[in-house]
Amino acid sequence: MTYITKPKLRHKGLATNELGFTRRDYEGSISTLCAGCGHDSISSALIQACFELSIEPHRVAKLSGIGCSSKTPDYFLGNSHGFNSVHGRMPSVLTGANLANRDLIYLGVSGDGDSASIGLGQFAHCVRRGVNMVYICENNGVYGLTKGQFSATADKGSKSKAGGINTDSPIDLVSLALVLGASFVARSFSGDKKQLVPLLKAAIAHTGPAIIDVISPCVQFNNHPGSTKSYDFVRAHNEAVNRLDFMPAKAEITVDYEPGTVQAVTQHDGSVLQLAKLHQDYDLHDRAATIKYLHEREAAGEVVTGLLFLDAAAEDLHTHLNTAEAPLNRMGAKELCPGSAKLVELNATYR
Amino acid sequence: MPQRLEATNDFVVKFANVNGSGSASANELFARCILRMGVPVASRNIFPSNIQGLPTWYEVRISGEGWLGRRGGVDLMVAMNPQTWDKDVASIEPGGYLLYDSTKPLPPSKFREDVNRIGVPLTEICNRTYKDPRQRQLFKNIIYIGALSALLDIDPAVVETLLGEQFKKRPELIAKNVQAFKLGFDHVREHLAGACKLKIARSDKVGNRIFIAGNDAAGLGAVYGGATVCAWYPITPSTSVAEAFTKHCQNLRVDPETGKNRFAIVQAEDEIAAIGMVIGAGWNGARAFTATSGPGISLMQEFFGLAYFAEIPAVIFDIQRGGPSTGMPTRTQQSDIFACAYASHGDTKHVLLFPKNPNESFSFAADAFDFAERLQTPVFVMMDLDIGMNDWLTEPLSWDDARAYDRGKIMTAEELEKGTVFGRYLDVDGDAIPFRTLPGTHPTKGSFFTRGTSRNRYAKYSEEGSDYVDNVQRLLRKLETAKTILPKPERRDAKEKTPYGVLYFGSTAPAMDEAMAKLEGDGIHLDVMRIRAFPFADEVAEFIHAHDSVFVVEQNRDAQMMKLLVNEGAFDPARFISLLHYDGTPITARFIQAAIAERINLNTHKEAAE
Ligand SMILES: Cc1ncc(C[n+]2csc(CCOP(=O)(O)OP(=O)(O)O)c2C)c(N)n1
Ligand code: SF4
Ligand SMILES: [Mg+2]
Repeated sequence: MTYITKPKLRHKGLATNELGFTRRDYEGSISTLCAGCGHDSISSALIQACFELSIEPHRVAKLSGIGCSSKTPDYFLGNSHGFNSVHGRMPSVLTGANLANRDLIYLGVSGDGDSASIGLGQFAHCVRRGVNMVYICENNGVYGLTKGQFSATADKGSKSKAGGINTDSPIDLVSLALVLGASFVARSFSGDKKQLVPLLKAAIAHTGPAIIDVISPCVQFNNHPGSTKSYDFVRAHNEAVNRLDFMPAKAEITVDYEPGTVQAVTQHDGSVLQLAKLHQDYDLHDRAATIKYLHEREAAGEVVTGLLFLDAAAEDLHTHLNTAEAPLNRMGAKELCPGSAKLVELNATYR
Repeated sequence: MPQRLEATNDFVVKFANVNGSGSASANELFARCILRMGVPVASRNIFPSNIQGLPTWYEVRISGEGWLGRRGGVDLMVAMNPQTWDKDVASIEPGGYLLYDSTKPLPPSKFREDVNRIGVPLTEICNRTYKDPRQRQLFKNIIYIGALSALLDIDPAVVETLLGEQFKKRPELIAKNVQAFKLGFDHVREHLAGACKLKIARSDKVGNRIFIAGNDAAGLGAVYGGATVCAWYPITPSTSVAEAFTKHCQNLRVDPETGKNRFAIVQAEDEIAAIGMVIGAGWNGARAFTATSGPGISLMQEFFGLAYFAEIPAVIFDIQRGGPSTGMPTRTQQSDIFACAYASHGDTKHVLLFPKNPNESFSFAADAFDFAERLQTPVFVMMDLDIGMNDWLTEPLSWDDARAYDRGKIMTAEELEKGTVFGRYLDVDGDAIPFRTLPGTHPTKGSFFTRGTSRNRYAKYSEEGSDYVDNVQRLLRKLETAKTILPKPERRDAKEKTPYGVLYFGSTAPAMDEAMAKLEGDGIHLDVMRIRAFPFADEVAEFIHAHDSVFVVEQNRDAQMMKLLVNEGAFDPARFISLLHYDGTPITARFIQAAIAERINLNTHKEAAE
């Protein structure tokens, strides 16, 4: 049910969006994470993105698994329903929620342990099914909540705070998402709000699974020298392929980048992404080339960020399932129950 | 010549076949023919975990009196599988019959002196008539049905009508099948007249009953009960629940105007994902279910706990079988009672329903969605392979059009707007069930953050021990409310006062009905009660207290139901006598009757000696 939002009276000075909401209306409970935790910056970017998009806060459902990262949905969008589910299984819970009501915006928040270790299977399957969602992996290379063990994204050879060396190869969720057919794949850094906010806005507008791997340093267990998930390392090795600007469907399209370096991409819902290419030869519609490029840069010790791949015409799971336009959770006996006369007919076929 | 068993409308025919040989549909045709003649049948598949090549059996009990349980024993064996020949021949009752393919001569050692041989040269007839090997195989099955019909006096007109209905969409096959049927029928009429003294005589004992498998009925029940989301992972014997739901949805739930589906079915990557999807959908206000069996129940444990503590409706059909994965996937058992009643970690306890036949599989399936939403908790429909995968003769399915779905306590935007206090875990009216809001209800009111238990009545984060205790105590009280709405047990008292009671549940029902009638005929009286739900209604405790000894009949090794009773009701275990049948075949009336009679006679003798 869409409820008519009434703009509230506001203190002077607090900026409001098109719906009359202030940024504060998109905030949540006070965070209990460590001061300086990358995850909090991501929450704040999400608040900013939803505020700027003028999304009715209650039209968002936030789902997560278990971990410090998965706690964060409590700390943004306090007027949205949230679900802190079980470790590694956010994708399935979100898929079910999405099947029940296709009208909401689904934010899935997870960690690298949650997505790449225990939940790798569910990550893969929600991507290949094409669930319409924003999938944010807050990637710190460790299990924060259980105090610093390596996760499956930890680099080979990286050192834990306790001194252990990781000997296993890392899983790169971005490459994996590309292979699995994700239609929107991005990587960013919790410390780079300028890049992250437009990426989140574009992801929300995208139809289909929008995967964003956000490197998000854990100040407790993985911010020491030598960690590739530390603030210093990412700042020094960040290789952004493009800069993104997001235009909602209704906005007038203006081009203020250098002609020739700007690419405008229209998404399903009519919104337009303006991409300022930082690397002239980078084509974000070529899946195979993207995979190759990522591997090359990784070998050179760089962390590639930006919108890495986009199929703007992607379909989602509901299209595949041919589900009714009206949300299933709103249907009652009238739409769902075939009635007694039909049952009499059916009985006859079993004699 | 051996003695010859004589019976009309009261005998057992068993077909021994090779899996994948196309025998299943021919055998089912045989059962339906007898039903159409007004004679009740109970049919059971005994099949391997294999697609092609291994032995499979189909047992048809013909019972003019209408006993639908498995009887045990075989009066007429249709032996079509050389691999199992010796065992099959050995299982025939003395004076019984052996119908076999006599094309190749068999040495006398392959037969029994006390069994009547009925040889029909099936392969020879086939090879004479058909060129194509596949046709030879398929029509051979129909030819033996023709032979059987002539032996047992089944009306050929009935068979022709059924074949006409079966191949309505492919009429060219009707004549071919009728021809094959006649080949067998005529051969017996010509060469083997009077060879068999087992007969079918027209009767009127079937009435308007239908012949349906429990999984099919449960899938249909989910459609009637308003389920819109089904997430599942294939596992025998539960797969056909999801398949039936799919079939019935395609037939009944496609919007005629838009061609769009009013349902969403996902074959998940595993059972963990399947139950995760169900819980996500239930959280978001859709009626959702999964169907699985023991190994799947094991994988879903963590999520069951989440749904219990976070109070999310979910329906789980557990079609029970023997464990583990390489256990007895194609054999029946009632052995997941513990695994479901206390599923998950922490202090949990769940609602279980025990349908007795396909008719109740339908109605309990539909009811389960009302219970799950009313109680905001997972509800397990505890079926088994015997009910789920065998066609049972059952009362026609019925539906009351005046019935509305009970969506439980959901607070609307209007109520929130009016200022009604909302606490997600607040018991406002004493039934221990709180109100919930669905995501997307109101822009500024009624949202909450769902997590396991670390929160207070208003869903605010809390790790206070007192908040935890307050919450889990309410969850216990909620199960007291459950008792008042779940199906009550069914009690039937003996004609005479008796110190003996019998408790049973689920697919044991037809065998129990028969055993009780026979025991009564022998002058042994017992009061019986069929348990239909857990947590147990108070009537169950009253029944136990009213008897000195209570038999508990179940199909598992560990007396799981009896132990659940002892655990929940603090009864003295000495009150109970467990009758356990767990070899993977459905329990029989003969087993129950003999076991009870033996125990009671033993007790009577003891008393006499004292
Ligand atoms: C089934 C299960 N196993 C283990 C745990 C313990 N556990 C909680 S959080 C976590 C790791 C979280 O790591 P990550 O997803 O990277 O989140 P972070 O805390 O680093 O943000 C583990 C192993 C659990 N909650 N559930
Ligand atoms: S332990 Fe690490 S991930 Fe967890 S809150 Fe602290 S900084 Fe963040
Ligand atoms: Mg982590």
